[in-house]
Amino acid sequence: MEQRKLFKGKRTRTPGGETIVRLSGVRKRFDRQTTALDGVDLEVRAGEFFSLLGPSGCGKTTLLRILAGFEEPDQGRVEIAGSSMQGVPPYRRPVNLVFQNYALFPHMNVFDNIAFGLRMKRLPDAEVRARVGWALELVDIAELERRRPHELSGGQKQRVALARALVNEPEVLLLDEPLGALDYKLRKQLQVELMNLQEELGLTFIYVTHDQEEALVMSDRIAVMRAGRVEQLGLPEALYERPANRFVAQFLGTSNLIPAHAVDRRRVETPLGPLRVAEELEAGRRYTLSIRPEKVRLSRRAQPGPNRIEARVDDIIYTGAENQYLLDAGGFELVAYTLNSDIQEPGYEEFDYDERIAVHLPEENLVVIHE
Amino acid sequence: MNKPTRWTRLLPTLGPGTVWLLVFTLVPTLLIFYTSFLQRDPHGWLSGPLTLENYRRFFGIGPDGIDPLYLEILGRSLLLGLVTTVATVVIGFPFAFFIAGSPRKNLLLLLVVLPFWTNFLIRVYAWIVIFQRKGVLNALLGHFGLDPVLLYPSWTAVYVGTIYTYLPFLILPLYASVEKIDWTLLEAAHDLGAGRLRGFWHAVFPQTLPGLIAGVLLVFIPAVGTFVISDLLGAGKAILVGNVIQQQFGASRDWAFGSAAAFVLMAVVLTGLWLYARWAGERGMEELV
Repeated sequence: MEQRKLFKGKRTRTPGGETIVRLSGVRKRFDRQTTALDGVDLEVRAGEFFSLLGPSGCGKTTLLRILAGFEEPDQGRVEIAGSSMQGVPPYRRPVNLVFQNYALFPHMNVFDNIAFGLRMKRLPDAEVRARVGWALELVDIAELERRRPHELSGGQKQRVALARALVNEPEVLLLDEPLGALDYKLRKQLQVELMNLQEELGLTFIYVTHDQEEALVMSDRIAVMRAGRVEQLGLPEALYERPANRFVAQFLGTSNLIPAHAVDRRRVETPLGPLRVAEELEAGRRYTLSIRPEKVRLSRRAQPGPNRIEARVDDIIYTGAENQYLLDAGGFELVAYTLNSDIQEPGYEEFDYDERIAVHLPEENLVVIHE
Repeated sequence: MNKPTRWTRLLPTLGPGTVWLLVFTLVPTLLIFYTSFLQRDPHGWLSGPLTLENYRRFFGIGPDGIDPLYLEILGRSLLLGLVTTVATVVIGFPFAFFIAGSPRKNLLLLLVVLPFWTNFLIRVYAWIVIFQRKGVLNALLGHFGLDPVLLYPSWTAVYVGTIYTYLPFLILPLYASVEKIDWTLLEAAHDLGAGRLRGFWHAVFPQTLPGLIAGVLLVFIPAVGTFVISDLLGAGKAILVGNVIQQQFGASRDWAFGSAAAFVLMAVVLTGLWLYARWAGERGMEELV
C-alpha cells in the first residue's frame, strides 16, 4: 500500500483520451456448458492503463484473445481504433500481445525475435535495425542482442517479449499476466518499469491479471470480472473504497462484510448490534456493510458514542508492516489491521491474545453494498 | 586414489557404449578400409601387396580411359536415396500433422508401426504379388477395363518398394517433433503480422526440424545402400551400389573390391552429412545437427 501511494503521486496524467477500444454485448461460449463471456460492454480510452482483473476462469484471458483476434465472439461488436474487428485476422489488427509464457521464437536470437514483426511488414533492413535498436534500448537489454531465448532469465525473456510487441507501435498493447511467472522482487521492479514505459510512450495498455495488488498499483482504471461479466469498472481508489458488491469487496483486498437490516434512514441492526451509516437507507431493506480491516479502530479504553463495540482478540498475525487482529465480537468475526509504527508514538497500542478491547467502526468507513 | 576422478565417473556411463562402438563399428571400419587396399587371389582369398587398384577400378580409371560403370551405379543409388527421401517427406509431413491432430493418435501410430510386425522380405515380396503381370494391380485395372501395366520387374517397382519401406522411419521421428509443437508460437507469429503461410514457415516448421532431420537421415542412409529391394523388385536387373557390394562379398568373392566400393559409398554419405552440418552451422542452427 505504501508503494501504491508513492507511484500514484508520481502519476500526473489523468486518463481521458478518446475511446480506442469499444466492446459491446460481447458473448463467447466454448461449448454448451462453459460461457466464457456473458455480455461484456467496455470502453478503453487512448493512453490509459486498463486492467482486466479477476480470478481464473472469469473470462479475462478470453476477452484479451478476442481483442487479439485469436477468438471470434459469438455475439457483440469489437471496435479497435474506430473500425470493427469482425472477421479481421490477428495479423491485420493494430494490436500486439505480450504472451503469458512469452512465446519467444526459440530458434531466433533476441534481435531476430524483436525484428520479426517489422520484417513481416517488409520494412527495409536499415529501418529494422534502427527500430530494433530503439526497442532494445527501451527495455534495457541492448547487450543481449545475440542471445537465444534459452540463454535468458525469466525477467530478460519478459523484456524481449515486451520489446517484440512494442517495436511494432501498436495502437493497443495487450498483456496477458506478463509478470505472473516472475518472483516477487522482480515483479515489483518490472511493474514500475512497465508503468513508466506506458507513460513515456503514451500507449494504451490492456493488462490481464489475477493479482489485485498489481492491478491497484499499475492501473488507471480496472474492470473486475467474474463468470464472464464485468462486476465493476472504475478507478482503483473507487473500486477499493466503494466496492459495488460483495465479490469486488472481497476480491480487491480484504473486507469485513456485515449483514445489516435498515431500521430507519441512518441506522441498521447487525450481528454486532445497532450501527449508524453515513448513507441514506430505505427502512426495512437488507444491506451488506463493508469495512476494510485497516479502517477498523482499536483501543484499550472504551469511549462513549455510536458504532463502538467490544471484542476479544482471537488471534494476532504479525506480517512485518502491520499487525492483523482476528477479533471475536459476540460471535461475529472481524479482521482489523494496525500499522506497526513507532512504539514510542503516543496513542500506539498493541494488544494481547484474549484481551477484551474496544472496537470503533467509524460510520464514514462503512460502505453500504446494495445487494 | 579414493577421490572419484573425471574418468572414474565417466567410465560406467560412457564405458559400455564406447566399447560397443569400438568393437563393432570402429574396428570393422578400419578392417574394411585396410581390406580395400588388398587384392583377390586366384582362390578368392585376400592377398597383398597393398594397391590402389580397387579404387581405380571403381572410378573406372583404366588404361583405355574412363569407364563410368560403377560411378553410374553409385549415381543411381544416390538418386534413389534422394527421391525416396523427398517422397517420404512429401507423404510423411502432412501425415505426421494429421496423426498429431487426431483424437485417435494411438491407433494411427499403431497403423504406422504395424508393417514391422511382418518380416521385411515378405513385405517386399508382397509388392511382387501386387505388381506382377497377373498381379493384384492388373486385376484391378482389368476390372475397370484398363490395359495392364508391366511394373514387375522395373525401376518403378524398386522406387515404390523403397519409399514404402522407409516411410515409417520418417513419420515416427517427425511425429515426435510435431506432437511437441508449441502452437502459441504460431499465435505469436500471427500477432506480429505473419499470415497463414509465413506463420507456418517461421513459427511451426522450425519446430519440426529436429524430427524431420532425424527422419531424413534414417531414410536417406539406408535407402542409398539398399540391395534387397532392388534385387527382388528389379529381378536382379536393377543394380545399385548395394548390389555391387553384396555381389563382391558373395558370388564374386572379391572382398577387396567390395570393401573399396563400401568405403566410397560411406565417404560420399559422410561428405554429404558434413556439408549439411556446415551449412546448418553457418545459419546458426547448431542444435539441429
